Amino acid sequence: MIGNLDYSTLQQIWWLIVSVVGSLFVFLLFVQGGQSMLFTLAHNEEEKSLMINSLGRKWEMTFTTLVLFGGALFAAFPKFYATSFGGAYWVWMLILFTFIIQAVSYEYRKKPDNFLGSWAYEFFLFINGTVGVLLIGVVVGTFFSGAAFALNEYNQVTWQNSIRGLEAATNMFNLAFGLFLIFLGRTLAGMYLLNNIDHGALNARSRRSVLINFLWTLPFLFFVLISLVTMEGFAVNPETMEVFMEKGKYLNNLLAMPLLLVFLLTGLGLVIYGVVVTCFKGSEKGIWFAGLGTVLTALAIFLTAGYNNTAFYPSYADLQSSLTIYNASSSKYTLTVMTYVALGIPFVLAYVAYVWRLMDSKKLTAKELTEGENSHEMY
Amino acid sequence: MIEQVDLSQVNWARAQFALTAMYHWIFVPLTLGLAFLLAFFESIYVKTGNEEWKRLTKFWMTLFGINFAIGVATGIILEFQFGTNWSNYSWMVGDIFGAPLAIEGIFAFFLEATFFAVMFFGWDRVSRKFHLFSTWMVAIGSSLSALWILVANAWMQSPVGMAFNPDTARFEMQNFWEVLLSPVAISKFTHTTSSGFLLASLFVVGISCWYLLKGRHQLMAKRSIVVASVFGFLAASYVGLTGDESAYLVAQNQPMKLAAMEGLYDGEVNAGVVAMGVVNSEKRPGDEQKDFIFAVKVPMALALLANREFGSFVPGINDLVFGNEEQGIVSVGSRMERGQQAIAYLAAYKEAEDNNNEAASQAALQQFNIYKDDMGYGHLAKPSDAVPPVATTFYAFHIMVALGSLFPLVFLLALYFLHRGNLEKQRPFLVVGVLCVPLGYIAQQCGWVVAEVGRQPWTIQGMLPVHVANTNLTTGTVQTTFFIFLGLFTMLLIAEIKIMCKQIQIGPEEK
Ligand code: HDD
Ligand code: HEM
Ligand code: HEM
Repeated sequence: MIGNLDYSTLQQIWWLIVSVVGSLFVFLLFVQGGQSMLFTLAHNEEEKSLMINSLGRKWEMTFTTLVLFGGALFAAFPKFYATSFGGAYWVWMLILFTFIIQAVSYEYRKKPDNFLGSWAYEFFLFINGTVGVLLIGVVVGTFFSGAAFALNEYNQVTWQNSIRGLEAATNMFNLAFGLFLIFLGRTLAGMYLLNNIDHGALNARSRRSVLINFLWTLPFLFFVLISLVTMEGFAVNPETMEVFMEKGKYLNNLLAMPLLLVFLLTGLGLVIYGVVVTCFKGSEKGIWFAGLGTVLTALAIFLTAGYNNTAFYPSYADLQSSLTIYNASSSKYTLTVMTYVALGIPFVLAYVAYVWRLMDSKKLTAKELTEGENSHEMY
Repeated sequence: MIEQVDLSQVNWARAQFALTAMYHWIFVPLTLGLAFLLAFFESIYVKTGNEEWKRLTKFWMTLFGINFAIGVATGIILEFQFGTNWSNYSWMVGDIFGAPLAIEGIFAFFLEATFFAVMFFGWDRVSRKFHLFSTWMVAIGSSLSALWILVANAWMQSPVGMAFNPDTARFEMQNFWEVLLSPVAISKFTHTTSSGFLLASLFVVGISCWYLLKGRHQLMAKRSIVVASVFGFLAASYVGLTGDESAYLVAQNQPMKLAAMEGLYDGEVNAGVVAMGVVNSEKRPGDEQKDFIFAVKVPMALALLANREFGSFVPGINDLVFGNEEQGIVSVGSRMERGQQAIAYLAAYKEAEDNNNEAASQAALQQFNIYKDDMGYGHLAKPSDAVPPVATTFYAFHIMVALGSLFPLVFLLALYFLHRGNLEKQRPFLVVGVLCVPLGYIAQQCGWVVAEVGRQPWTIQGMLPVHVANTNLTTGTVQTTFFIFLGLFTMLLIAEIKIMCKQIQIGPEEK
């Protein structure tokens, strides 16, 4: 079956897969959101430990999803991998540094003789939760605002700006996108912690943080959405493959693919519903609505960037160097092989979900941290 | 293809890759092996229901967790570095190389990440059986991740299952199974994973020997030694077998690497294997200097090692650089000329395509196809560039093999003394046991130095030299990130070692 799919269908399938992985990553950024609230949400050591141990059971999921996001882009759209990572060198390096320091922090924070002291590791988590997420948002913003590269006939990249990608952080749209991601992560984190931890004071504060952080997302969300539907976009002529600027391109994309519009509106609606039931109805299940809503919203945004004859990684420095899912992809053979491989993804999702439920069926309590059978391993 | 390359920038990027890969490799082999040892320990606990075994499992698991975290921290950078510092590489071979990396993510990393949490925090949240299952899944997941990354690495050493596409100017996959089942991939996987099992066994035996020396936790230490020595002995034997297979495949696919491993300049029919020696570092291909300042050789053995056939010819560095008509070896110089032709015809083809000149483009393509197999050589500046650093490769190889011959004896002796019931009294042996831990790490690093330094100047053997694979960045940029990595990783390594030592000093929980 898969062997008979034509090239452009495979390219679309892979953009969908990459987008799904990316959207799951955006949802899982609740880990980073929680990290950014370590110093404010927790008022004493016990509460901080509860937060860190609750997030600490999920951080590897987020991390691994990021690794897979990279790997899937490498396999399916190697030209993007080469152009963006090699070109926007400094942004990516900074993002990576924040993830390197995150990876040791949970495990080392509480261990005796840990060289840097607990505070340093908490600070690492904080940096990852703020700077790391901001820069990821900035990079995703360039899917719409464009980047400063040119490719030669052998597809070697030259970057037109000496700060190699950091210039993206000076663009209002990108910055707003990054800030939106930070506050979204924090909103989700509040709901996740509420759902995962049993501790009166911390629960009350988590609940309040959901509303505050959600209100903070709104100005950035509106700015991003309004810019998105009004800005000029990078369109591709399907016959000649020429890239040109089109007025209201992303609005046109949403109108041309009504399903995406439905995703976007349903997604935003679910996030709002999650917030409302959390803050006003005393529910602890808000994370599931808001989580699904986040995935749908992110999916709509990623797909808008790549489908409907759009350049998903445009260059404003040299329009014709822009990457589309058609000119940046692997060969047909590789995409076919990888599509067979991708049939395993639902199976992976299934066991991840199963283990997640199994592990989270009981809430985390302060007692478990000190007296439980796992107390020796606690972060 | 590349007009001017800044070599110092390329060298900094190489240094950065080597630095990050070698740091990663400090932690990976222990993860690979200790995961299985944990699974064995826990299986014994579940089988016997003896709480002692559970405490023992938990103790080693703590050390595992400390090592795992930093393994993950150093791993992410390797993956993204292909894009950041080797972007031309990523484009030219991403069609083939990206696939195993993505598969590793889907099938291996999620297995590890998911079940790792159960292993550490699931003792009173899931059933005993499911916990054991999770521990096994972490072990299997880490070996699966090794499989896929080594398939990728093996493909660089011995590129198969692909073809060059002149329209996209990149290499494209033709046969996935050839890539996956290439003999080099299989031998890399078996040699590397078993060397990880070996290292972890040395680690467990070494730390247990330390407890015996201190007279602490004696029962736990001896129990750990029994399991680890049996596993370690099997692994060490297998490391030797697969190491021999690796050398054979190197001789077949990368004769220059083999020549460097043996410091062999002039090929011979009856070449000996150097058991021990000091390389003359002044020696250059084609000159009259002595190759060794001093060497002890096992006569005639190299033909057997390299070709599995007595009396067969093993080419040396000079044969490979200058050619050897008798043996049908083409010189690097003439391959370079052919390679330059290929590059020129490819450019002509591209230009004719751009001008829609069908006839000219077909003519250029035809010529290109004649020369394309040597295209990689067209990027070399002079024939001696095809020679890797000989001394480094030679010493690394010999240290690895020497240590590889020592380790099985250590495990056998441990088992023998345990059987006699007087292991705790063998103080000299216990000291050796402790010292074997750093030696194991040295052998590990040497292995990768052989594999990677020995294949210079190629990123992809015979096809893509490192300076063409590189991203165009300034030297200062790469220098900066190099030193950031050096500082960051060293800081984390110090933290890791301190935490590890402290936990060892604390020891397992007492009842
Ligand atoms: C792309 C695949 C790839 C893979 C899987 C590996 N390497 Fe590698 N390695 C390279 C690709 C490469 C390279 C891009 O080809 C380098 C970088 C610069 C160079 O000269 O070759 C290199 C260089 C390089 C060097 C220095 C060689 C020199 O510059 O003289 C060492 C010691 C290693 N590597 C070690 C490792 C280790 C320990 C690895 C496994 C963990 C490893 N490599 C996997
Ligand atoms: C240069 C090539 C390599 C790349 C790009 C790479 C990439 C990575 C990445 C991104 C991670 C973190 C994954 C996560 O948990 O999310 C990782 C961890 C790991 N890698 Fe590598 N790796 C390389 C070499 C190797 C080799 C050669 C092996 C094994 C033979 C290996 C075995 C592992 C294992 C077992 C882990 C799990 C955790 C740990 O390190 O302790 N890696 N690697
Ligand atoms: C007993 C004798 C041994 C022999 C004959 C041997 C042989 C080899 C050879 C020929 C290579 C290069 C393969 C290539 O370039 O593709 C290699 C690589 C390697 N060796 Fe060994 N080895 C031995 C022992 C060991 C030991 C004791 C360790 C570690 C504890 C070890 C770890 C490695 C590693 C990590 C690599 C790099 C991965 C690879 O290329 O497969 N080896 N070995």
